[in-house]
Formats: sequence, structure tokens, C-alpha cells
Amino acid sequence: MTVDSTAGAPTTAPAHGSPADAGPPELVQLLTPEGERVDHPAYSLETTPEELRSIYRDLVLVRRFDSEATSLQRQGELGLWASLLGQEAAQVGSGRAMRPTDYAFPTYREHGVAWCKGVDPLNLLGMFRGVNHGGWDPNEKNFHLYTIVIGSQTLHATGYAMGITKDGADDAVIAYFGDGASSQGDVSEAFTFASVYQAPVVFFCQNNQWAISEPTEKQTRVPLYQRASGFGFPGVRVDGNDVLACLAVTRWALDHARTGQGPVLIEAFTYRMGAHTTSDDPTRYRIAEELESWKLKDPIERLKAYLVREGWADSAFLESVEAESEQLARRVREGVRTMPDPDPSSIFENVYAEGHALVDEEREGYLAYASSFVGAAAEITDGEDD
Amino acid sequence: MAQLTYRDAVRRGIAQEMRRDERVVLIGEDVAAAGGVFKTTPGLLEEFGPRRVLDAPISEQAILGAAMGAAMTGLRPIAEIMFSDFLAVCWDMVANEIAKTRYMTDGQVSLPLVIRTANGGGLRFGGQHSQSVENWAMAVPGLKVVLPATPADLIGLLAAAVRDPDPVLVLEPKALYPVRGEVPDGELLDTLGRARVLRTGGDATLVAVGAMVPRAVTAAERMAEQGVGCTVVDLRSLVPLDVRTLLDAVAGTGRLFTVEENPRLCGWGAEIASIVAEEAFPALRGPIVRITTPHIPLPSADTLEDLARPSVSRITDTVLKALG
Ligand SMILES: Cc1ncc(C[n+]2csc(CCOP(=O)(O)OP(=O)(O)O)c2C)c(N)n1
Ligand SMILES: [Mg+2]
Repeated sequence: MTVDSTAGAPTTAPAHGSPADAGPPELVQLLTPEGERVDHPAYSLETTPEELRSIYRDLVLVRRFDSEATSLQRQGELGLWASLLGQEAAQVGSGRAMRPTDYAFPTYREHGVAWCKGVDPLNLLGMFRGVNHGGWDPNEKNFHLYTIVIGSQTLHATGYAMGITKDGADDAVIAYFGDGASSQGDVSEAFTFASVYQAPVVFFCQNNQWAISEPTEKQTRVPLYQRASGFGFPGVRVDGNDVLACLAVTRWALDHARTGQGPVLIEAFTYRMGAHTTSDDPTRYRIAEELESWKLKDPIERLKAYLVREGWADSAFLESVEAESEQLARRVREGVRTMPDPDPSSIFENVYAEGHALVDEEREGYLAYASSFVGAAAEITDGEDD
Repeated sequence: MAQLTYRDAVRRGIAQEMRRDERVVLIGEDVAAAGGVFKTTPGLLEEFGPRRVLDAPISEQAILGAAMGAAMTGLRPIAEIMFSDFLAVCWDMVANEIAKTRYMTDGQVSLPLVIRTANGGGLRFGGQHSQSVENWAMAVPGLKVVLPATPADLIGLLAAAVRDPDPVLVLEPKALYPVRGEVPDGELLDTLGRARVLRTGGDATLVAVGAMVPRAVTAAERMAEQGVGCTVVDLRSLVPLDVRTLLDAVAGTGRLFTVEENPRLCGWGAEIASIVAEEAFPALRGPIVRITTPHIPLPSADTLEDLARPSVSRITDTVLKALG
């Protein structure tokens, strides 16, 4: 191999086939950015005004809670926050498509899915505050822990889907992951397993165009949904900012899976409007115009426009949702500020089902040590060091 | 002489080697355009261009697998794994492939590559982003493992790692990235496998690596105020290990304390204790004591993480109690 030592050239745009082109024929859409309801030959959706209002409410509440979490992090109340701003429709649409018994395996950004699964936002905040690991019961909520080692949950979802077919249930599973995660070997292996075992799993990829600082072009040269065909199952690209399309396509995919026809890959084409997390600064690597163009495709504005135009949402309704979202923000703000600190000896719990001699000994050592201090943990840990 | 943060030293060390040898290339996630999630690689893309500074897809197996293949062609890759926890995602490449290639080709194929990674706790990142994996790594024959604890050591040891004919894992203690240290001007080149004695005292020997080094030093300072003298040894490199310096330090005090960030079971200190017990038993005046993180996954709450990792107070109290 020879080395090209030409220096100075910054990374340039990809030479060919930009997967960022969301060409119309590929993209399933039921609600245009202007709030126009359109039909799609393959994916129909019946909705009542009541249901649409309920979807709108979910979108607004999820966004409000998310922005409150970002503020709480800035105020030092959370260690970190991964905002879902811009991805509300992909999450609420797919989240609402699940039956209560369908199981979801999320990444760290699936706050909207958590909401649909009935996980209290305060659980999520406790985790990002560091005082617990989330604290919800995955078995009860049918919602697994946030997975932060990229891609591995797609395999857990596949195994879970294989497992439930043994029970004879007609439930299905959703594996959430990102455009960046699509490069992880685990994801390809999950595709292989799910396909070969006909597992009832839907792979729901939110292509928000960025993986920290790397644009989708750094991960793939073909549109992501097309990867499915190489594994022998259907792939669909849906407008990820269109909550109705996300709902319709995911519902179809879950039915496909639960009726024994195997997995489906959905690529929800969307945009990460915020930073990767609160410790990231996207101005280091992306241009402002991109963000501006996606603002015009806002998932909430388009549903609101549709509701208002049809006369299904009056100002009293919109104000009541607004008021409810402020109430939610207040509840999580107060909830976070009054969250109890964890009990120090809890760090020794649940390492093993039935204890372990060494861990037990370490716990006892700690307790003896702690009792030699009046102020306990604070004095022991004097986190001065670095 | 300049004052540099550890994170700036990483950039300077990489740049030094890339300027010196055009076979050196850097690959990792978010290392190029963004300059690294820990801001350890800013400016390298601009200076060396996209053919030598590569943003990788999120594929750790591919990053290390390709680094191996590239090293076989004569390149000297520096591969970054963002968090050392993710070495678990590509351990096949580390343990089965990269570390064994020289042996299994009867010495025909060398893999002069470097794996850099942010290691350890202190940033409240929880059990999958804070692990101290030095004990995983030192158990793999064929792999060298270094843990520089200061900016100057990082530059010198990274340079030595790049120039070494064997694969070297450089564990950067992420808690130390913002910490400043004196760095001499000009090219720095250190030697793998040399420990450093940071201070001497007659009562106890404290041995540490990485983020535990400054804690051991502070603990020693505190104990000195109470009339207890400690020798502090920064091993700097676990493989190869500077056994000579270790044994000399133990001989001088008769008491050995290891300060380890890794969980207790099979932590590096267990190996140190075993060596000292075998080689210097007559010099010991009391039991060897290991100060470690408990055998638990690391919690993310600040108070709990501080409780789990060896703190200055825990080191001081443990040593004073053991000395009686
Ligand atoms: C195995 C592994 N490698 C790297 C990381 C660091 N990391 C965290 S998030 C992320 C980007 C993920 O991007 P994407 O899958 O597109 O999801 P998004 O953050 O956009 O929702 C990376 C590289 C990780 N957590 N796990
Ligand atoms: Mg993404």
C-alpha cells in the first residue's frame, strides 16, 4: 500500500449515490410537511379525529418533556441528556403501532417510545441523573432498558422474538436503532438471524442523518432500507416526520411479523434537530442550513395544520394540550429536584442472584468503614482527586 | 517546556508521530471532522488530510480488523476505540487475531499497530462506559499494555508504542484528560516497560497506574504529614512490566499496597502481589494489601462512583490501618 501524503484537504462530500436523497417514490408519506393528507397505494390508515388529537397530544407532551430534560441538564440536575427533538413522529408513530404486549428494545434516545409504553418520564430522568438504572420493570412495560453499546439490542430483540414464538403468542418485537448503528456487525447478524428463523421482529431504524459527528454517508452508500433485500425481507423507507405514515407502516410491519412472515426493516427518514447529547456541539461539524431546511418538515406543525384545517382542533383544544404540557414539565422538574440520592450500599446489590462471597465481604467492609464516619459517604469519597 | 492538558498531549503525540513517519495513520469514530468526542484529535484531519485521518463507520471489529490488515502492508495504524468498554465488541480482533499473529506466523508477520482508548471512570458514565479494562488486556499473550498517567508520559509512551514492532494497547485514563502537566519541548520518546518512582519513603510502597497515580501521590502526601513515609511507583506499563523497580521499591519498605481502578477479581495487582510474594517474600514485613474497585459494575451516580473507585481517603485509611 502506498500512502498519499497530500495534506490539508478536509473531508469532502461523498463522490456518489448520496443516501441522504429522500426521493419521493421511495418515501412513504401520508401527511405532507404542509399538513396535506395524501394516500399511499400500499399503506392505508383509518383514523378518527379523536385518535388524531390523541396523537397530537403525545407529540406535544413528548417534545415538552424532552426540552425540559435538556434544561434540567443545563441546570446541572442531569448528568447528560440525549434529546429526541425532531424524531417525535417516528417514535410516537411506531410506539403507538404496538399492542401493549408487543415488546420494544430501545436505544438511549427512545423517550417517545417509552412514553407510548407507559414508562414515566421521571424514570428516564432518574437514569440520566445517575441515581438509578431507569427503575422500570421491563417485563411489565414490555420495554427493555436503554441500550448504549451500539447495536447490541437488535440481537436481543431477535432472540426475544424467537423466544415468544415458542410460547405460541402472536406478539411481535421492535428493535430500535440508528443510522450509525447500521454499521455495527451486530445489526447485520441480527438481520441474518431474524431472516433465517423468520423471527417476528421489526427493525426500526431512525435515520436522523447523523451519528454523533458522522453523516449517514460515512455509514452507507445505499439507502438503508435497501439493505433488507440482501437478507431476504422487506425494507420500507417512511417519512419519519410523518406520524401517520410511521404509524401505518409500523402497524403493517408488526402484522407481517406476527403472522409468521418474518422480519421487516423500516427506515424512518428524519433529522436529529439537536446535539447528539448535551455534551456535544454540532456546530463543530454541520451546517446551519441543513437544520433550517428540516425545520420546515416539523412533525408536530404538520399534524397541527391538518387538524386545524379539518376543523378537528380548536384553540381550546390546542391550549389545553399546551397547559397539560406545562404541567408535565413542572411535574418532571420538581420530581427531578426532589429525587432521593441512592443508598450507597445499593452498589453491592444485584451483582448476582444469590450473592457472592467476595461481594458480600466487600459490602460488609464498606458498612463497617462507613459507620466509622459520622457523615458517611460524603467523607469517604471526598471526590477531590482529579 | 509547556503546560499541556492530557487531551492536548494526545493530539501532540499523534501529530509528532504522523509528521515523523508517513506510514502512521489514524482511524476511529468521530476522530476526523469532529476532532474526537473527548477532543483529543482536533486539527489532525486538517494537517494530514482524509487519507491519513479517517472517520470510521460504527464498526469496531472493522476498525481493528482493518488496522491489522493495514499493518500487514507496512502501515503503522493508530486505531481509536472510543471507550475501552467497546473493546468487548471487537475482542476477537484483539485477543484472537492481532495478538497472536506474530506467533502463529512463526514471526513472519509483524503488526506494529497501536490501539488507543479512553479507559476508566470518573465521568459518571455508568457501567458500560467507565470500565477499567487493563486486567482484560494484560491477560492476552502477545499484546503490550501501557497506561500513561501524565501528558508527557502519554506522548513518550505513545511514540514508543507507534515505533514498537508489536501491537500495543494505550489506555488513556479519561478522568485525566483535563489535567495539565509539564511537557518538554521537542520530540519525546519513552521506553515501554519502565516504571517510575515518584517519591520515596520508608514505611510503605504504593503501586498504581493511570488515574490512580495522582490519587496515590496525594495519599502519600497526606500520610507524610502524619509522619508515615510512602514510596509511590507508577508502573506506566503493565506489559512489559518493570519487575526490577517494583521489587526494589518493596525491598525498601517491606510493605506493598496496590491501588487499582479495575474490579478486584484478577485485577493487575493480583499479578503484582503474586510476583512480590514469590520473589521478595523475605522482604515483606506484613501482608500485601490491594485497594481496588469492588467486584461490581460501576454505578453512574457521582456519590456511588466515588464510593466505588479507590479515593484518596480510602487509600490513606487503608494504608494507615494496615500499618497499625
Ligand atoms: C459499540 C459502540 N461504539 C461506539 C459508541 C459511541 N456512540 C454512542 S452514540 C454513537 C452514534 C450512534 O449513532 P446512531 O446509531 O445514528 O444513533 P443516534 O445517536 O443518531 O440516535 C456512537 C458512535 C457506542 N455507544 N457503542
Ligand atoms: Mg443517527
